[in-house]
Amino acid sequence: MSVQKENSMLKQKQMLADHFMALSQVQTTGKKVCYTFVPGNLTELITAFDMLPVYPEINSLQSGMRQKSRDFIREAEDVGYSEDVCSYVKCDIGMMLQGNIGPTDQQLPSPDILLLSYTGCFVFMKWFENLRHLYPKAEIAMLHIPYQADGKIEPSAVQYIKDQLLTEVIPKFEKVTGKKLNDTVLADCMSRSAAAEDLLINVFESAKHRPSPIDAYFGGVYYIGPIFTSFRGSQACVEYYEELWKEVQHRVANKLGPITPDGVIPEEKYRLVVEGPPNWTNFRDFWKLFYEHGAVFVGSTYTRVGGVYDYGFRHSPEDPLASLAEYCLGCYTNRNLPQRIELIEKFIDDCDADGLVINSIKSCNSFSAGQLAMMRDIEERRGIPVGFIETDLVDPRYYSYSNIKNRLDSFFQMLEQRKEFSARKAATV
Amino acid sequence: MTIYLGIDLGSTTSKAIMIDEHGKIIGRGITNTRSDYNVAADIARMDAEFDSRFSLLRRRVASDSGNLEKWNSIFNQLESRFHYLQFAKRFEILSQAMFAHAKELEESKKDLTQKFCDVFPSIRNSVRDRFFNGEVSSSSEFFRDLFSAAFMQAIDQYDRATFDRLVAVYDRSINPVENQLVEFDFLELTSQAVRLLPEELAESRDQITRHLKEIGSVSLEPADYIGTGYGRQLLPFEKKHIKSEILCHALGAHDYFPNTRTVLDIGGQDTKAIQVDEHGLVTSFQMNDRCAAGCGRYLGYIADEMSISVSELGPMAMKADRETNICSTCTVFAGAELREHLNLGERKENVLAGLHLAIVQRAFALLARSGGARNEFTFTGGVARNQAVVKYVSGMARSNYGNLTINLHPDSIFMGALGAAIFCLQRK
Repeated sequence: MSVQKENSMLKQKQMLADHFMALSQVQTTGKKVCYTFVPGNLTELITAFDMLPVYPEINSLQSGMRQKSRDFIREAEDVGYSEDVCSYVKCDIGMMLQGNIGPTDQQLPSPDILLLSYTGCFVFMKWFENLRHLYPKAEIAMLHIPYQADGKIEPSAVQYIKDQLLTEVIPKFEKVTGKKLNDTVLADCMSRSAAAEDLLINVFESAKHRPSPIDAYFGGVYYIGPIFTSFRGSQACVEYYEELWKEVQHRVANKLGPITPDGVIPEEKYRLVVEGPPNWTNFRDFWKLFYEHGAVFVGSTYTRVGGVYDYGFRHSPEDPLASLAEYCLGCYTNRNLPQRIELIEKFIDDCDADGLVINSIKSCNSFSAGQLAMMRDIEERRGIPVGFIETDLVDPRYYSYSNIKNRLDSFFQMLEQRKEFSARKAATV
Repeated sequence: MTIYLGIDLGSTTSKAIMIDEHGKIIGRGITNTRSDYNVAADIARMDAEFDSRFSLLRRRVASDSGNLEKWNSIFNQLESRFHYLQFAKRFEILSQAMFAHAKELEESKKDLTQKFCDVFPSIRNSVRDRFFNGEVSSSSEFFRDLFSAAFMQAIDQYDRATFDRLVAVYDRSINPVENQLVEFDFLELTSQAVRLLPEELAESRDQITRHLKEIGSVSLEPADYIGTGYGRQLLPFEKKHIKSEILCHALGAHDYFPNTRTVLDIGGQDTKAIQVDEHGLVTSFQMNDRCAAGCGRYLGYIADEMSISVSELGPMAMKADRETNICSTCTVFAGAELREHLNLGERKENVLAGLHLAIVQRAFALLARSGGARNEFTFTGGVARNQAVVKYVSGMARSNYGNLTINLHPDSIFMGALGAAIFCLQRK
């Protein structure tokens, strides 16, 4: 059964189709292509230079969802990448080795520039080192983002990034495109980004309702699609979120739960928060393991991987470069563990969650390192049940249905046991 | 009396516990898990029922005539004979199957059947003596173990080729026999067992017989039941009668030791580290599900490698003067490492101690992932019966987590089944 399509989904699908079409036509249009990463990306700046962004990790997750990652990973391992290397990297490299055919079955163009905005993931650096060998003609721009070790954004860090933008990134963009940065275009992009961000936060915060009208994880990964990839700063992006927000409001008004591949969840039994990315190769099976128990995610850290808007940050046209710097600094994987715990606890409190699920990803150290410590901290401070499962991003060899189901069965029974206990306690008072 | 039944279908053993409406345990049953999980569960349940009837009978007889200590001794003898009679019936079935399989091997049938005729009486007698002398542990030695140990010893006299052919017939026969449920009539079997008691207990025999019929007819039909454990999904139970072993182990451990905050359960092929709150509710857990190196199977493999029984491992390891360093985190490679150390002249006791320590280190890595050990720390599971494992668990718990109260219980293997039964009681 296919997922019920709402207008926003259809709109996003069309936006993606148009984007990949534009990518396939760069030889005739002459548009330049910038490969970059999702966390803390500089889409507004790329768009201001009229370049087209390509996000390798998005291609990898798309390959995972389309059941192509196994083959791509094998290809990468055949040329020497070990089993332990991040599966996003291997999937992307394998895809390139097999002709760089993208998610829409159209060939992706080679990059004119590789923009490494380095936000909390060490692998990104090695990934682009390897891409540099595959694309020796591409220009390379490195943007170093300091980690938020002290849990706050220092003005010096903002200035440090601004300086890099001015001396490293923008000059290279100008060199590749042959254009000067148009400040007005950039400021307009920033304004539209802020509008879309306001709408996205409305959507996420709708999970405070009972029942939650959204699944902030499995639905959430679709909701973040436009804003964290190629479209932030565009009018189409704002329109997408206007449409989405309208649909969510409709569901709130009608007390409808989230839509799953099997329709609207009939009864919201458990409200959960989740830490970690989803598994992409078995995305629907994985989702079903939750919704068949009536479990709905009301908060998810993965949907903050591109950027965190929950504490009020919005892209600003006032000082665009400083704003971009703050955005890069604030993305989820660039935050320290206490900050990540704080965000999870905010979700738990705001949405009155029953439990926390941690999906520990074999491939992803950025997410997985420290998760056990986070789990202990939250369990002790909140006293809510925590379920710990292990999967991978796009390597299907690390998705064991029976192991995950076994652990989740126990987790759901933990939640049920707690509800029964509370009911018994209430009955005896 | 209202009965609640908990069944824990583990990867190595299947356990059943019957409790009454006050949560008091009235009977325990245990058997080896086999490929037909339903049969294993039925045998464990049946044994728990028989054990319950013996408990009731013992209480009834003792309350009549006092002197519980005397009656405990008599009932131990009675139950040993009862279990022997169960063994004897299964023995008959297995020996028939082995004769039938031997006959299928046309060219050698006469030779093999003759050898079976020669050794079967001695097997039966040697096992009977062990039962009668109180040497059989009904919670760790099952029909298969008893028969195979006696059988191997009895056929050791033959040349290698004959030995192998005899073993081949046994191998072909044992699994089908193990996978059929043998029904026993409690009244009939107990009456026979009473007759097998020594002559000097004639008066006691009469006292038991007087109450036997009444106790035999007490209804022990459970008002509710729950299945748990590794094989729970294979039980022919409705969904509401299946519970996660994580919750059941925690609840069982918490029932015995209400101050338990961390449970470490080392079973046949999974190890579970469970954190519980003051009500016995699980807050988080970690379990191995990719590698069984920190579990009971590891010990089983090592025992096979050394051609000794699992129950001999712990006592042997306790005689070590140091622990040989075992680096392998994989069961199979640890086996290779074991052979290497033995070839280099290391004492097998020391190697075994090192292997036990290695298991515990693996289990503690899992425990650390779950949040570590909190006070009180309860150690459960089949492996908790191994004294060398207990020694290293206790030592490591204290050295890693301070002066904890460490809870151990002879019923540790039954914690999951007990927790399942308590779940029934809680939801009544």
